[in-house]
Amino acid sequence: MSGGLWRDALRRLTGDRAGIAGLAILGLLALTALAGPMLIGWRQDEIDWAHMAAAPFTAPGHWLGTDRLGRDLLVRTLYGLRVSLAIALAATLVALVIGVGWGALAGYLRGRADALMMRFVDVLYALPQVFFVIILTVVFGRGPVAILVAIGAFGWLTMARIVRGQALALREREFIEAAVVGGAGTTAVVLRHIVPNLLGPVIVYATLTVPQVILVESFLSFLGIGIQEPLASLGNLIADGAAEMETAPWILAVPAGVLVLVVFAFNFLGDALRDALDPRDA
Amino acid sequence: MTLLAIRGLTVDFSGARPVRAVDGVDLDVAPRECLAIVGESGSGKSQLLLACVGLLAANGRADGSARFEGVELLGTGDRAAAVRGRGIGFVFQDASGSLTPHRRIGDQLAEVAQAAHGLDRLAARAEAVRLLEAVRLPEAARRLRQYPHELSGGMRQRVALALALAARPRLLFADEPTTALDVTVQAEILALLASLCREFGMALLLVTHDLGVVASLADRIAVMRGGRLLETTASPAFLAGPRDPYGASLLAAVPTLAGLR
Amino acid sequence: MSTLAFVARRLLAAIPTLAVVIALSFALTRAAPGGPFDEEQALPPEIRANLEAAYGLDAPVHLQFGRYLRGLLQGDFGPSYKFRDFTVTELIAGGLPVSLAIGLAALFLALALGIPLGAWAALARGRGADRAVMALAVAGISVPVFVVAPFLALVFGIWLGWLPVAGWEPGRPADLILPVLTLALPVIAYLARLTRGSLLEVLRSTWIRAARARGLPRRVVLLRHALPAALLPVVSYLGPAAAAVLAGSLVVETIFGLPGMGRHLVQGALNRDYTLVMGMVIVYAALMIVLNLLADLACAWLDPRIRSGRHA
Repeated sequence: MSGGLWRDALRRLTGDRAGIAGLAILGLLALTALAGPMLIGWRQDEIDWAHMAAAPFTAPGHWLGTDRLGRDLLVRTLYGLRVSLAIALAATLVALVIGVGWGALAGYLRGRADALMMRFVDVLYALPQVFFVIILTVVFGRGPVAILVAIGAFGWLTMARIVRGQALALREREFIEAAVVGGAGTTAVVLRHIVPNLLGPVIVYATLTVPQVILVESFLSFLGIGIQEPLASLGNLIADGAAEMETAPWILAVPAGVLVLVVFAFNFLGDALRDALDPRDA
Repeated sequence: MTLLAIRGLTVDFSGARPVRAVDGVDLDVAPRECLAIVGESGSGKSQLLLACVGLLAANGRADGSARFEGVELLGTGDRAAAVRGRGIGFVFQDASGSLTPHRRIGDQLAEVAQAAHGLDRLAARAEAVRLLEAVRLPEAARRLRQYPHELSGGMRQRVALALALAARPRLLFADEPTTALDVTVQAEILALLASLCREFGMALLLVTHDLGVVASLADRIAVMRGGRLLETTASPAFLAGPRDPYGASLLAAVPTLAGLR
Repeated sequence: MSTLAFVARRLLAAIPTLAVVIALSFALTRAAPGGPFDEEQALPPEIRANLEAAYGLDAPVHLQFGRYLRGLLQGDFGPSYKFRDFTVTELIAGGLPVSLAIGLAALFLALALGIPLGAWAALARGRGADRAVMALAVAGISVPVFVVAPFLALVFGIWLGWLPVAGWEPGRPADLILPVLTLALPVIAYLARLTRGSLLEVLRSTWIRAARARGLPRRVVLLRHALPAALLPVVSYLGPAAAAVLAGSLVVETIFGLPGMGRHLVQGALNRDYTLVMGMVIVYAALMIVLNLLADLACAWLDPRIRSGRHA
C-alpha cells in the first residue's frame, strides 16, 4: 500500500466516532491502570481493617469502596485491568507472530507444504477450543504464563488462515512478478511488497483478537482455573464480586463494568479499523 | 376502453446521486394489443413497468398517473397490490431469478392458483399441470416435483411464463424476456409469448433493447430514451420509416442477413 | 443423495476429529509434569507407587493408551482420581442429563426468541423497533456470560425475589429458568442480528420481487419464500452456537449450583483430576459433533440445492 492509501485510511478512521471513542476510552483506561495505583496510594493486597466491605464514597480514601477483606476496590480493579490487558496483548502478540509466520510461509510455499500446513490448522480448528484450553491449564498449571500458552495455542489459527489467503492472492499479483523479474531477492520481495499488504488485515484482526482473549482469560479466571489469588484479574475479581453480590454489589459492579467497557472499546476500535483499512469488506 | 392509461409518469430515485429514470411518459395500452417499448439500457423502460405495479426499489418514487381498467395504481399506499398477478402479470428478464430456489415448481404454481382463484389443493395441482402444458414444457407432471435448479435456462423461462399467467391477468408485462437466453431459444419463447397472448386474450407490453425481436410481434412500437418517450407508432409504419432520428438509428442498428429483413 | 447416506457421510467425517480429540487429550494429560497424586500431602513413596500401579500409571504410555481406548469402546472412562468412590463414567452419567437439558432448552429458547426478534427488526427497518433490537443485540453479544449470570441472579433472584438462584431439585423447574435464560441470551442476540441481516438481504432478491409480482399476499411471501431462505445462515450458525452454549454452561452451572457435567469439569480442572477432565472433554466434543451434524441436516433440509450436492 502506498502512502496515499494509508492517509486515506487515517482520514476514514478519524471520521468514525465510535472508533475514536473506543480509542479514547482505551487510552484513558490504560493510563489509569498504569498510573492510578501509584496516585491512589493503597497497595493491591493492603488490608484496611477499619473499612471492610465498605460501599463507594463512604470510606475515606477508598473512592470505589473496599472488598470483603478491606482491600481497595479501585486499586485492585486497576491491577486486574493491568493483568488482563497484559495477558491479552501478549497472547495476541504470540498469536500474531505464529499466525503470520505460519500463514505467510504456507501461502508462499504453496503446493504440498501449504496443503499440509493448512490441514494442521484445520484439525486444530475443529477441536473444542475452550475445553482444550482447560486441559492445557490442567497440564501447565495455572498462572499468567500458563494461561498465555493455553490461549496462544489456539489464537494463531484464524490469523494463519487470513494471512495465508492474502499471501496466496498477493503472490499472483503482477507487481510481485515484476519485482522478482527485476532481480529482487526473496527476502526483499517478502519484506517490501508482501508484508505491507498484509498489515491491514493483520492490524484489524489483532485488534479484534485482544477482546476475545480478555474474555477467555476472564472466563477461566472466573472459574478459578486462570489467574489465582492474590493476583487480581478482572475475571477473578468478578468471581469475588459474584460471591458477595447480595451484601456488597459494588464488588461485582466495578470490575464487571470495567471489563464490559474494555471489550466494547476494543470492538468499536476494531470495527472502525476494518472499515478504514478495507472499506469494501465492511 | 383503454386497458392501461399512463399519464405524466415520472420515476425518481433518491440517494447519493438522485436520478430521474422516467420523465413524464404518456402511454396507452389497448386490450389484446401488443405494444413494444424499445430503447437502450438505462432508458428507463424497465422502471416504467416496475412503477406501474408498485415494485420499485425502496429509494424509488413514482409520480403521475397510471390507471388500469380505470383504477389508479399510483399514489399513497400499495394500490397496485390488488392488480399484481391478477390484472397485470410480470415476466422478468432473469427467469432463474424469478423462481424461488427452495420450493418445488408445482408448489409455486399451485399457490398462485390458490391465492388468485381460491382453488383447493387438487384443483390447484391440476391447474399447475395445465399451465405447464400451455407453456409447452414437456413432461409436465414430472416437472411439478422438481426444483428450479434442476431445469435448464429455457425451461425456467417457460416456468416463469406459466407463473405470470397463473392468475389469468389481462395484461402481461415482459421485461426483456429473451435477453438472457440462447439465440436459438429466443425465437421459441417469443413465439410462445405471442401464442399465449392470443390464447389467453391478453395484451402484451414488451420491453426490449433489441428491435429485431419485436418486428414480428408488435402492433405498435414506442421508443424511449433518457426516460422520455420519443414516439409511438404502428409497427409497419415504424419499420418502414421511424419519425424520430433516434428511432431510425435503432432500426439501422439491427443486424441483418442479406435479404432477410 | 438419501438422508441416510448424507448422515453416514457426515458421521464418517466426524470420526477423525473425535480421534484427534481423544488422542490429544490423552497425550496432553500424560505429558503433564507431575502426576495426579502430587497434591496429596505426605504420601510415602511406597504407597504412591502402589496407587500408581493400581491405576495403571506405571505401564508404558502406549499400553496405557490402548487400555484407555478399549475402555472407551465399552463406555468406561476410567476411575476418577479424586472422587475415589466414583468412576468417571458415573460422574458423567450423573451430570449429562442436566447439562443436556439446560443446553438444549437454551438453544430452543434462543431460536424461538432470536429469529422472530431479528425478523421483526428487519421488517421495521430503520425505525425505532429495529434500532432498539439491534442495540440490545450488541449488548447481548459483548457482555460475557459470567457477568450476565450474577447480574440476572442479583436482579431477579435477590432484589425482586421472583426466581430461585441456587441449586436444583428435581421437580422444581423454576430453578432452571434463570440458568437457561442466561445461557440463551448471547445466542438470542447473535441470532437476532444474523436473522435481521439475512432477511434484509433476501427481501432484496429478484425472486422475492417476482413472488410479489404474482400477486401473492405479503404473509405468504414472507413465511414461505423469504424466511426459509433467510434462515440458512442462521441454521449454519447452530453449530458454533452449540459450542458457545456448552462453554457457557460451565459458568452457569457453577454460579447457579446445578448438578451438571460442567461443575465436574471445573472441579476436575481445579483438582488436576486427569481422567475426569479427559472424559468430560471427550463427551463435550462428541456432543458438539452431534449438534453440528444436526445443524448440517437442518441446512440440507432447508436448501434442496445442498441435498443434491450442488452449491447455492
